Amino acid sequence: MATRAASVSATDVVRQNLRGKKFSFGGIVFEAFLLLMLLTALAILVTLIADIVAGALPVFRERGVVDFVTSPLSLAGDTAGVSTAILGSVSLTAIVALVSFPIGIGAAIYLEEYASDNRVTRFIGTNIRNLAGVPSIVYGLLGLAVIVELVDVIGLGGPGTTNGRNVVAAGLTMAILVLPIVIITATEALRAVPSSIREAGFGVGATRWEVIRHHVLPSAAPGILTGTILTLARAFGETAPLLLIGVATGFFSAGAGASFFDQLTGKYTALPVVVFSWSRQPTEGFQDNLAPAAIIVLLVVLFTANAAAVLLRNRYERKW
Amino acid sequence: MTASERTDEAEAATPPVDDGARLARRVELPDRAPPHQAAPVGELVFDVRDLSVFYGDFQAVRDVALPIRQNQITAFIGPSGCGKSTVLRCFNRMNDLIETARVRGSVRYHGVDLYGADVDPVEVRRRIGMVFQKPNPFPKSIYDNIAFGPKIAGYRGNMDGLVEESLRRAALWDEVKDKLKQSAFALSGGQQQRLCIARAIATSPDVVLMDEPASALDPIATLRIEELMYELKKDYTIIIVTHNMQQAARVSDRTAFFTVDVRDNGQRTGVLVEFDDTGKIFTNPGEQQTEDYITGRFG
Repeated sequence: MATRAASVSATDVVRQNLRGKKFSFGGIVFEAFLLLMLLTALAILVTLIADIVAGALPVFRERGVVDFVTSPLSLAGDTAGVSTAILGSVSLTAIVALVSFPIGIGAAIYLEEYASDNRVTRFIGTNIRNLAGVPSIVYGLLGLAVIVELVDVIGLGGPGTTNGRNVVAAGLTMAILVLPIVIITATEALRAVPSSIREAGFGVGATRWEVIRHHVLPSAAPGILTGTILTLARAFGETAPLLLIGVATGFFSAGAGASFFDQLTGKYTALPVVVFSWSRQPTEGFQDNLAPAAIIVLLVVLFTANAAAVLLRNRYERKW
Repeated sequence: MTASERTDEAEAATPPVDDGARLARRVELPDRAPPHQAAPVGELVFDVRDLSVFYGDFQAVRDVALPIRQNQITAFIGPSGCGKSTVLRCFNRMNDLIETARVRGSVRYHGVDLYGADVDPVEVRRRIGMVFQKPNPFPKSIYDNIAFGPKIAGYRGNMDGLVEESLRRAALWDEVKDKLKQSAFALSGGQQQRLCIARAIATSPDVVLMDEPASALDPIATLRIEELMYELKKDYTIIIVTHNMQQAARVSDRTAFFTVDVRDNGQRTGVLVEFDDTGKIFTNPGEQQTEDYITGRFG
């Protein structure tokens, strides 16, 4: 009976302990502190966006979104739009995609699938990572010193006084700027493909190229695609190198009837640069309303790109 | 230790019964299992001589010599790290994919040294198929999983027929014939592994290497794979690495026992201890180390 009594009391102790929930003051304070940090970050973001939207709203309300995005640049505040800038940014991004994707993805495939893992390749890998961290203005200097000259020399210098400071040079410069990021994201996507897939391919007598072409690349494609879309968004929003390599910060018209070649090699501008120049424009309406409106257009494009990247990733994400 | 002492010890561990009954009790032979008798001597498929494998400076396997004969199932058993998978991967030059791996000695396949300078490893792998430890179907349809190997090998015949034939041989056809276009990942683990076997035999190899093909499967799926191996033995030469001694005893004709040789300087190298008919290895092994391992005293 003694042991039974002892066991009952032991159970009571357990019950008591289980119910002895204590109030943890430190824990609550810490949680509140973390929440405060989060709210601060959100508040900054919301204030920024609210401020921009408030500035941009009159433009969109009075002229409509369509009129604003289809009107060319102008000195007159009531007719100025961003169509020229959108055209410039889109051609720039297209050039970046055409140049940086084949080079970047090719380099990534070589590094990940072919190159042997030795000191040289590790050194190259480290430096690619370093290059990704180089400030964009430095790439602008490179663009001005080398690429603008190169573009002029090979005959794409463009009409008039452009002298190679055109969207081709800008696109090439921006392609070099994003190249390290393309290589890094593509390398990571390739690395995420399990080696069992490669072994299976080799096991049935596929060559290295066949394994890559039929199994590794299709498996890595969603990851590569996601990374490259984000890269393009970066190129779309980047400003500093463009300012250096002579993007038109003033106002110009390509001229009605200008050929496609002239448009491509002539003076150009880009969305973030328009935001920059309008925000310094003393004319009525530019700083307060038009610049925020251009920011909204820029943000919508970037958010759409990011959303597309997320959607693609979720849709094609593989579970191994 | 003398032979008689060893026999005494073995009998102390297991009551003295005649060999057949002892084996049957130990491994629960399925009905279709052939009795373990000395396997008929087939043509020599692989002749391994003085095989050593290095990963960088580390010697993984030392001086392995093995003859592998046609239409037999040869099992490699032994504790972890004894190099049995490493040796298996020498048979289709899968070790080539590991950059630091180096092979010394010779692996003669129908008389040709697989590590000869003019040997094409891609052609080797077409003739010597492989099934891996974890089922690794391609992230494609069931049909494409089978058709890929023949397609890249330039197969011009009736692909639908070949896919069906391969799936039938792998005893999977009835389960998947209505969903050939579905993803291979929709299959169960055991079905995936049989799909991998079907994929391996679709290129009409004459050898199938299996690296612990059932270790990730449940007992029922394992049994199906083992039954499949009996069937495949008629047409193929099979080499299987297994951690499961009962499996080796159940399915194989010949068994190679590997172990780890630890040197004084702590270096661990895989060595082949004994290679003989499976019945002999499991009932009357010639080496004390084998006896210790199969009776569970070591490993």
